[in-house]
Amino acid sequence: MKAVVFGGTAGIGRAVAQRLAARGDSVFLLGRDEASLTRSAADLTARHPQQVRVQWALCDMESPSGFSVALDTADVALGNFDAAIVTAAMFATQAELEADVELTRRLTTVNFANTVTFCEHARKRLLTRGGGWLTVVSSVAGDRGRKPVAIYGASKAGVSTYLEALDHKFREAGLWVLCVKPGFVKTAMTANLKAPPFAGEPDGVARDIVLAMDRKRPLIYTPGIWRLVMLVIKHLPRFVMRKIGL
Amino acid sequence: MDTLTGWGRLPEPGRELLDEDFETLTRGAVLSRGLGRSYGDSSLPANASDRIANSRCANRILAFDPGTGLLRAEAGLTLVDLVRLMLPRGWFPPVVPGTKFVTLGGMVASDVHGKNHHREGCFGAHVRALRVRLADDRIVECSRESDADLFDGVIGGMGLLGHILEVEFAMHRIPSPWIWMERERVSDIQAFLDSIATAAPQWPMTMGWIDCVKRGKGMGRGLLMAGRWATAEEAPAEHPGSPLEITMPVELPNWALNRTTTGLFNAGIFWGHIRNRTFGTMAPDRFFFPLDAILEWNRAYGPRGFTQYQCVVPRAAGPVAVREFMERLTALGAASPLCVIKDCGPEGRGVLSFPMEGTSIAVDMPVSADIQRVVNGLNEFIISVGGRVYLTKDRFTTAEHFRAMEPRLPQFQTLRAKWDPAGRLRSAQSRRLFGDKA
Repeated sequence: MKAVVFGGTAGIGRAVAQRLAARGDSVFLLGRDEASLTRSAADLTARHPQQVRVQWALCDMESPSGFSVALDTADVALGNFDAAIVTAAMFATQAELEADVELTRRLTTVNFANTVTFCEHARKRLLTRGGGWLTVVSSVAGDRGRKPVAIYGASKAGVSTYLEALDHKFREAGLWVLCVKPGFVKTAMTANLKAPPFAGEPDGVARDIVLAMDRKRPLIYTPGIWRLVMLVIKHLPRFVMRKIGL
Repeated sequence: MDTLTGWGRLPEPGRELLDEDFETLTRGAVLSRGLGRSYGDSSLPANASDRIANSRCANRILAFDPGTGLLRAEAGLTLVDLVRLMLPRGWFPPVVPGTKFVTLGGMVASDVHGKNHHREGCFGAHVRALRVRLADDRIVECSRESDADLFDGVIGGMGLLGHILEVEFAMHRIPSPWIWMERERVSDIQAFLDSIATAAPQWPMTMGWIDCVKRGKGMGRGLLMAGRWATAEEAPAEHPGSPLEITMPVELPNWALNRTTTGLFNAGIFWGHIRNRTFGTMAPDRFFFPLDAILEWNRAYGPRGFTQYQCVVPRAAGPVAVREFMERLTALGAASPLCVIKDCGPEGRGVLSFPMEGTSIAVDMPVSADIQRVVNGLNEFIISVGGRVYLTKDRFTTAEHFRAMEPRLPQFQTLRAKWDPAGRLRSAQSRRLFGDKA
């Protein structure tokens, strides 16, 4: 695999980059912070001596005008990537979002409009070279309209729907679209939240993601138990959802 | 309310911040911590509202030179990670403590020692450079050549001179990924001290486990372990593989570990080694980190929590002082399932580092209504023989006792006044022992 990892300097993205590098896949990092990219690339190179020097390019989910150039750089470095993995996204609590409309605009733009835009750039490239993997981290929060994640969840629901349609439309052309729905994962992003039962670790989530890519699966819940949890939540009647704080 | 705890499980109110960008995270922070494996309150906030930065997401290896073994990494890199990556490549850290669930930053702040202390000194002796965020938010790179006073203070300084951001140190080349080990059963404390003294010049690594519940004749009976890296010829062809780990499934009730059960446990270990001497190759994980095989073993002590009393009895006080310590321990009624003995080499560079030439003794004790009296009693003895306690394990030493056992304290406080004149950096431990304000 020759993988571009957008968000590969932190959390789940970094864990995925580590897993891929460890088994000998080529990795290229995209992120918005130069110091963080330099450090993460050096780390991948030092940990996995069979890797040729891991390279990176600046790319900010808030600036879609840079997506194409960043992917060009990745193409040059990797010799045409065949996997694009997107873990970069924004998170804010419902209370923060309700208090700040501008934050709501930013988060929904980054998580939905800009993520889809990036995927479109990647998809076109992958299809012209006969296909490949497009893996995007969405969230279980998008599976049902819920009080604590009304806005964040909606932004992720949009991404999930888009990815499902991509899978339907382009699988025959060789594009393996994977929608990843993590439950609660213990990363810096969620450090301020109280961890619920079944909280996952980034490395376990990364293992599930890489396995699902190998198996060309269109959708995974990770940790796996969240498939059951969400199955129950999806079938709760509205009057129950209105009552409970889930 | 949010709380933070050390390995001894006694909580303090407060919360920690977590981010890959540890450098930014430490701006304005008053203390940083890693995996929280110090037993007492070294990594706990002095005040519930203090900004505490956790380093564990910042664990990147920034450079490794396979020619010299020089490695530079962020402070949050764990020993688990480092050993897993480097052992198959023929490298091992120069010094490791008794658990691999520690970060590089913690290893420097505690200036950890290991089974090879009599040969290699503390971890700090192998550190070449440190990148540190000071209390006034400046970032400096220090070493033996540049800002050497800061460098020596940060090593073993319990995080009170600055936040350790990056650590550069030299890894050791090893001839094989296996340990050659000899284990000897020893009948009492005197025989024990003799054996460990004989073993020290021959073996790069030594340590002992003793039964400190047994009184009278046979007091201090135990097992002495000595080891070195196996040569390529001695070593099995295969790699040691990952250690078997199980998690302590439940928190045991408070009464589970008591004088009777620990006595039985100790006798079991002693008589479990039927032969007086065993030897052979052993996986490094089992040799260096035997307790890590049971994850969360601290739950065995129950909800009351526990502490470890680790002190060093100076060589000058003689073997009789070690014997007296053991007597004092049993007289105070402290039952410990774990008592680890190690002979220490000379004092290192760290201004407040724990080891000094002598015998280090570590005992685990459940927290009880009596704990303060026991620790006070042991401390009075340790002060009388010129020894000291290990801050990384400590929770119950009083400020008065600490001053009496630590002639280096004024020197350390002078360093703090120089590098942190506003007195911003602090921990629950520095509040207790140094009299820092809450």
